[in-house]
Amino acid sequence: MNVIANASAYVQATALPQLPAPSSTKGPVHWVRQNLFSSPLNTILTLLALYVIATTIPALIKFYIVDAVWTGANRDACLSEKVGRQVGACWAFVADRYQYFIYGSYTQAERWRVNLVFVGVAISMVWLLWDRVPFKALGMMFVFGVLPIAAWMLLYGGARSEFWFLVVSAGLIAWSIWGDYSALKMGEANAFTRPESLVRYGMLGAMLLFGLYVQFGAGELPIVETGLWGGVLVTMLIASAGIVFSLPFGIALALGRRSKLPIIKMFSVIFIEFVRGVPLITVLFMANVMLPLFVPQEWSPDRLLRPLIGVALFASAYMAEVVRGGLQAIPKGQYEGAMSLGLGYGKMMRFIVLPQALRIVIPGIVNTFIGLFKDTTLVTIIGLFDFMKTIEASFADPSWATPTTRSTGYAFAAIFYFLCCWGMSRYSISVEQKLAAGQKR
Amino acid sequence: MKSIMTGLVAGAALALTVTAASAQQGSTLAQVKQRGVLNCGANTGLAGFGVPDAQGNWSGLDVDYCRAVAAAIFDDPTKVRFVPLTAQARFTALQSGEVDILVRNSTWTMTRDTTLGITFVATNYYDGQGFMVRKSLGVTSALKLEGAQVCTQQGTTTELNLADFFRKNNLKYTPVTFATADETRSAYEAGRCDAFTTDASGLYSERLKLSKVDDHIILPEVISKEPLASAVRANGDTQWANIVKWTHYAMLNAEELGVSRANIAQSMQSTNPEIRRLLGVEAKLGEGLGLTNDWAARIIRHVGNYSESFERNIGAGSPLKISRSVNALWSNGGLQYAPPIR
Amino acid sequence: MQPAPETGKASLLYDPKIRGYVYQALLIGIVIYFGYQMVSNVSENLARQRIPFGLDFWDSQAGFDINQALFPYTAQSTYGEAFWVGLLNTLLVAAIGIVFATILGFLVGIARLSKNWIVAKAAMVYVEVIRNLPLLLQLLFWYKAVLEPLPRPRESISLVGGALLNNRGLYVPEPVFGPGAGLIGAAFLLAVFGSIAFYMWAKQQQAATGRIYPIGLVSLGALVGLPLVAFLATGGPISFNYPALGGLNVRGGITVYPEFIALLLGLTTYTAGFIAEVVRAGILAVSKGQWEAADSLGLPYGRTLNNVVVPQALRVIIPPLTSNYLNLTKNSSLAVVIGYPDLAQVFLGTVLNQTGRAIEIVGITMGVYLTISLLTSAFMNYYNKRMALVER
Repeated sequence: MNVIANASAYVQATALPQLPAPSSTKGPVHWVRQNLFSSPLNTILTLLALYVIATTIPALIKFYIVDAVWTGANRDACLSEKVGRQVGACWAFVADRYQYFIYGSYTQAERWRVNLVFVGVAISMVWLLWDRVPFKALGMMFVFGVLPIAAWMLLYGGARSEFWFLVVSAGLIAWSIWGDYSALKMGEANAFTRPESLVRYGMLGAMLLFGLYVQFGAGELPIVETGLWGGVLVTMLIASAGIVFSLPFGIALALGRRSKLPIIKMFSVIFIEFVRGVPLITVLFMANVMLPLFVPQEWSPDRLLRPLIGVALFASAYMAEVVRGGLQAIPKGQYEGAMSLGLGYGKMMRFIVLPQALRIVIPGIVNTFIGLFKDTTLVTIIGLFDFMKTIEASFADPSWATPTTRSTGYAFAAIFYFLCCWGMSRYSISVEQKLAAGQKR
Repeated sequence: MKSIMTGLVAGAALALTVTAASAQQGSTLAQVKQRGVLNCGANTGLAGFGVPDAQGNWSGLDVDYCRAVAAAIFDDPTKVRFVPLTAQARFTALQSGEVDILVRNSTWTMTRDTTLGITFVATNYYDGQGFMVRKSLGVTSALKLEGAQVCTQQGTTTELNLADFFRKNNLKYTPVTFATADETRSAYEAGRCDAFTTDASGLYSERLKLSKVDDHIILPEVISKEPLASAVRANGDTQWANIVKWTHYAMLNAEELGVSRANIAQSMQSTNPEIRRLLGVEAKLGEGLGLTNDWAARIIRHVGNYSESFERNIGAGSPLKISRSVNALWSNGGLQYAPPIR
Repeated sequence: MQPAPETGKASLLYDPKIRGYVYQALLIGIVIYFGYQMVSNVSENLARQRIPFGLDFWDSQAGFDINQALFPYTAQSTYGEAFWVGLLNTLLVAAIGIVFATILGFLVGIARLSKNWIVAKAAMVYVEVIRNLPLLLQLLFWYKAVLEPLPRPRESISLVGGALLNNRGLYVPEPVFGPGAGLIGAAFLLAVFGSIAFYMWAKQQQAATGRIYPIGLVSLGALVGLPLVAFLATGGPISFNYPALGGLNVRGGITVYPEFIALLLGLTTYTAGFIAEVVRAGILAVSKGQWEAADSLGLPYGRTLNNVVVPQALRVIIPPLTSNYLNLTKNSSLAVVIGYPDLAQVFLGTVLNQTGRAIEIVGITMGVYLTISLLTSAFMNYYNKRMALVER
């Protein structure tokens, strides 16, 4: 309209430049006021928190970094009267003993075998936990079939374990060929040449060759008694054996608990509730002192194997409850859909329900694993030399007896456990967020 | 696939279990020979008696005992597998057959001998319980410990003797008990207790681990008898008990007769009938044990006599510097008395 | 039309019902087989190793002392009494730990949601650190943290009210009850029941008339006032036995041992880290609309929290809270590493070691923890049902 066209001179024709917001609603001052001093109570809390931070953090930094001793051959490096200054943490002690913390008393010349197992564990973690790595089913085969037996052969050694390793490799290859052959008959023309099969045969072939090489080329691996194992090796072994055994067993228990068959359900419930009702210590004591009485005398299970069994049973019960949560979250329609397709119970669980249920409980599984990892420290109570115990045992060494050795050792243990557990919990949170994002669409 | 996986896992578990097993029947000696290695229950770490170093090499008086048994059987002292046992696990380990012999500074008592399914064989160290206190406490006798808080290891005879001692002397005290010797010592060092009590040998060994050794003294009183002995299963296998028993006595007799690792070669030529019998040059005494006749010669060649083992591990040649005192031979006024080999 | 009767073995084999029976029979068979194997192995092993079996040790003299016992216990007491000492000590630390862990857990959980940036971050760091470290390590830390800074008995710190603190523990004055002290207890009990009755009456009145009575103030007044009146009326029959330095240590008073303090601190802070997350999740689960609705009704903040948000949040919080309580109770068995005489330390440690009765003692210990767990979950299920949403 015309009115606008010939607007009066006093009407602003152009926009004024924007003024900055008043300082009370913007900028660091505002942020501080809003977030730290918004009310008297908040002010008090803020000051209190600042006070706590101011008193602890600098002291910790001073003790563990500024005043710390980093190198040295024995306790003299960490005694303030010898060094002539205030001495904080004695990291030289950790540097001197780190091999013991990793391997325990494992025979020095054979430690490459332990390293190989560490690599295997690292591979399996990446394979199963990082979603970009393909061939998850193969990864499962690696973790639950190949790795346990390979780790046992490598760590323990001896002709018998090598023989079993070969048998398992050959068995897996035969089974794999049979599987692909059936797929071929079902009409999958490239059953033997699809990438998954190639990788599988590559892996199994390498395994068989390695087994043959060890058996016939390198000669027998010398046996390293489990009594010598220790440190991170034992901690990792117990935690991973726990997870490797508890996952299948936990799934079976969870299915049992949700089964319509009353007796199967009853046994599952009894087992789960019994194990969850008692502390791990009692289970370990049972494994340690009662298990030898439960089996024929000539079996006498190995001292390391006993807590492994105890921990595996214990973790299974917790895993079962995690998996059950996943099973319950699957809508009924999925079951009905599977049944209307004519799938039996086994196929329904394997192809429809479990893949979905396990996917959503990955965070739960990782959390159970964190708990398991922390609980491995309890095996010190029954006299095993896990990571924690190797550190504690080193405190008794007179050549490192200083006033700060203990604080340093515990701090080192704390850093180790924190990094492992925190890393895993970050992972589980990221999976959770990814799952949540998938749900939102 | 899942079921096959589970099967595999179960199979692996079974295989693991079976490794540790080996079908073994008959006498303990036959089992040990068939296995090719002696399973010996040892301390998880008591300097001078049984302790592994960072490479897993064991040393100590108790360890030498096991090596001597292995030497008598296999002529090879390295054919021993040491199983470190906590105080809680030691007797069950022996009962269950996990170890063939327990030499882990365990006190020979009647209850243990009669109710645990084990039998004690020979005392390789006569000990007694003592107290360690800080010098700054100003206490010079255990009888002055009225009202003290005492750190001790749970489930040991030490704990029981402690209660008896204070009750007998009508003194008040507070026990503070821990599961392991390490925990007990570190609590004492942290000032949790006025006194630390265990076998005197243990006190010397534990004192070495304190950061300021000279701040602590061991009180003169010995409040109990602690014969630390080897033990085997009470399953009627007297042959095995005899081997373990006479291994110790052979080491004692060797000391008495002056036969040592150093002079074993000459001693074999000795005309002394006692030495000739001991070393199996004369008479066929070893056969009675189911061993070879040079069984004792093997022990001395590989491990040495009692004195050598003592001095090397806990005596003058070791950091512990424990004197022989009651563990001297009977001929020197001590308690170590071996029946004659004849 | 009649369906054609199915024939042949195949139909039997594929009948899910029959399959179910077969599976279950198989399972029973396996369980019986393993059970039988186990029992026969045990009896064979016991017989061969000549280990006696039975509870006859229960009444034998224990011969060892325990520092903290809630009822008179000496070295002449029996193993059975040692068991009760251990059990009561477990229950004591668990009960107190649960109370403190709940308080601290709620505080930290609320702090994590605080608008105060530094408080929220501090709470987050606390939760992350606590949850990602093994409890065993934390207990060792607390034990060291309790023992190290405290002075020796001779330099004890005097606290208000005549209590003493040193590295042997906290010594508090012990009340000595004179004649007439029972009346004070009776007055206290009366106050407790009176308060409960008043609470129920007030709730009823509120439901009927909408009037709100000051329940908290009245109860507090009764709980403090009545015993106080009784105390004055009977002429103050309670005196105190004050701790004092004597000999090597402090004498008199009630001792709270460092092991107890460290275990309590460890269990409380550890469990609080988990409870905080439960509380946070519970509060976040209450939809924003509930807050807004309460605001629009004009309810003040305290009432909104008390009568609107918390009851709804509790519904989400209680089940996981229960399992945290159970975890705390079970975790108290870690007392063995710092020497607190709980059930695990006394019974599973000392008594097992003195008697060598592995099967009986491990079995009894497991049974006790299992009973505690089942009782707690039964109670909590009942409570949970009461709190659950009543749908019409």
